[in-house]
Amino acid sequence: MNVKTLGALAAVALVAACATKPAPEAPTPTPVAAGIVPGSQEDLVANVGDRVFYDLNSSTLRADAKGTLEKQSAWLAKYGSVNVQVAGNCDERGTEEYNLALGERRAHSAASYLKAKGVASARLSTISYGKDRPTAQGSTEEAWAQNRNAITSVR
Amino acid sequence: MIHIPNPSVGRRSVIAGAAGLLAAPATVFAQAASGSQSAVIDVNRARTEPIPIAVPDLGGDEQLGRDIAGVITNDLARSGLFRTIDHAAFIQSGPSGSTPNFQNWKPTGAQALVTGSVTGSGGQVRVEFRLWDILPGTQIQGTAYTTTQSNWRRIAHKMADVIYERLLGEKGYFDTRIVYISGTGPRDRRTKRLAIMDQDSENNRLLTDGSWLVLTPRFHPTRDEIAFMSYANNRPRVYIFDLTSGRQTQLGDFAGMTFAPRFAPDGSSVIMAVSNGGGSDIISVDLGSRTSRRLTESGSIDVSPCYSPDGSQIAFASDRGGDQQIYVMGAGGGGARRISFGNGRYATPVWSPRGDLIAFTRYAGDTSDFSIGVMHPDGSGERLLSQGWDVEGPTFAPNGRVLMFYRETRSQGPRGSGFSSRLVSVDITGFNERPVPTPTDGSDPAWSPLGA
Repeated sequence: MNVKTLGALAAVALVAACATKPAPEAPTPTPVAAGIVPGSQEDLVANVGDRVFYDLNSSTLRADAKGTLEKQSAWLAKYGSVNVQVAGNCDERGTEEYNLALGERRAHSAASYLKAKGVASARLSTISYGKDRPTAQGSTEEAWAQNRNAITSVR
Repeated sequence: MIHIPNPSVGRRSVIAGAAGLLAAPATVFAQAASGSQSAVIDVNRARTEPIPIAVPDLGGDEQLGRDIAGVITNDLARSGLFRTIDHAAFIQSGPSGSTPNFQNWKPTGAQALVTGSVTGSGGQVRVEFRLWDILPGTQIQGTAYTTTQSNWRRIAHKMADVIYERLLGEKGYFDTRIVYISGTGPRDRRTKRLAIMDQDSENNRLLTDGSWLVLTPRFHPTRDEIAFMSYANNRPRVYIFDLTSGRQTQLGDFAGMTFAPRFAPDGSSVIMAVSNGGGSDIISVDLGSRTSRRLTESGSIDVSPCYSPDGSQIAFASDRGGDQQIYVMGAGGGGARRISFGNGRYATPVWSPRGDLIAFTRYAGDTSDFSIGVMHPDGSGERLLSQGWDVEGPTFAPNGRVLMFYRETRSQGPRGSGFSSRLVSVDITGFNERPVPTPTDGSDPAWSPLGA
């Protein structure tokens, strides 16, 4: 698939393109580009990683996901005034209603991990979009792997 | 920007003029002969040949007479249970009011004949119609409706329902509406709106402006209300939409997401799912007092609850056993027993209004495809009615005879090209699968009760 058209977010997402194998280490973060405000969403995306990925029909955090969430918790400790929302998403292989629950379960698992790493509950909220906000629009294993995620965003 | 017209689309009791019965002309009784083959059949006995029926244009007002006959013809033909005779085969058009010359109708192959007339003035119309059994030469039904002219489509649907009921022995489903989700735009930022239309895809109206994601609408059994899920203010919750006033009201006040609503058969409460930690529970919310009762608390995902038509049981989907399957429990909660044991995961159980079947979505298993199927409430007799990528979300016609669901096609590329989502109907025998046209992509259909 043509990942160039999906931009920077998708390039990060492709790290976990394979559903079952542990993903390789995250690529070296791009050096802080001019204009990125520390503590902003762009900062989170470019220098930390805003999302973690899940296996099919699972909300279990993989090793790569825990690594990303640890970096997120460190980043949140650094920027103590930033609140975030964790949005759980699913691939399209499941019904609308079940995927709403599964997306919530994924958001909950990521948010719980952040809490365990010391992020205050009051700074965290969760939401599920089920299969309604896919990052990748295709119907392929690669697209599905990108769409099974929990995305952290600055509120 | 899509224009949202006057939101009031409530229409119960809109046909104020009572339907009057028309007596059969005296001559008809003399013609009645016993022993002749009748058009009336028992539809439940087996799959039968469609009933050949002639629906000539009604007399009187030429335009309305033709339009009403057209709507009736379309309703009956789409059901798959009637074969409407081409007008080119007619020897004579139906004379209004008087007894037809049955000798002229027998050669067309029709077993049943509809005649009638439309008269009116000052925006009011009177539609008179008679249903005839051609071979014995008897009147089966005679009815007159008086209403405002703008209701002519509903009158036609009501007439089609009378024809269906008299010839098949069970209630029809033509004077009904479909509430569904209209989808536009790219998949990653799709605009979804609540929409409503007649079951024959006419009178399509958008009910929300697309500002917020909306999902899974369902009709109230007796009132002009819809339960649905809205992401208004980025708080996904179940709402009630009043079709008469256009007002939306959040149902209950819960810390977590509420979703997958369905009304109780008596309309007094809504059953739905509420997220709870990593799972979801099933709760019932009384529409009067707004008090809620938790019916499951398994720590698993319990979702998609649906009452049996007598209100005594609840079917729902749960992954409490590891994989997602369908369970049935008492209406007060407790005693859940698994009923789905086939190949794959089972979801969206929907109880037939007849009570004898539960429709479901099945996926994974031995193929990657999805299926729409039915099983008995004890889990026996599973039959698949439609398969494909991705079919989902069945809803029953009020007579339990037809299912509607939606079918998505696979995206062919990373930009989502080739993706579509369309409504489809199928007879519960698995025959007569047909597209249900909508102006935009459609999903999440829910059938209204009869006459709503």
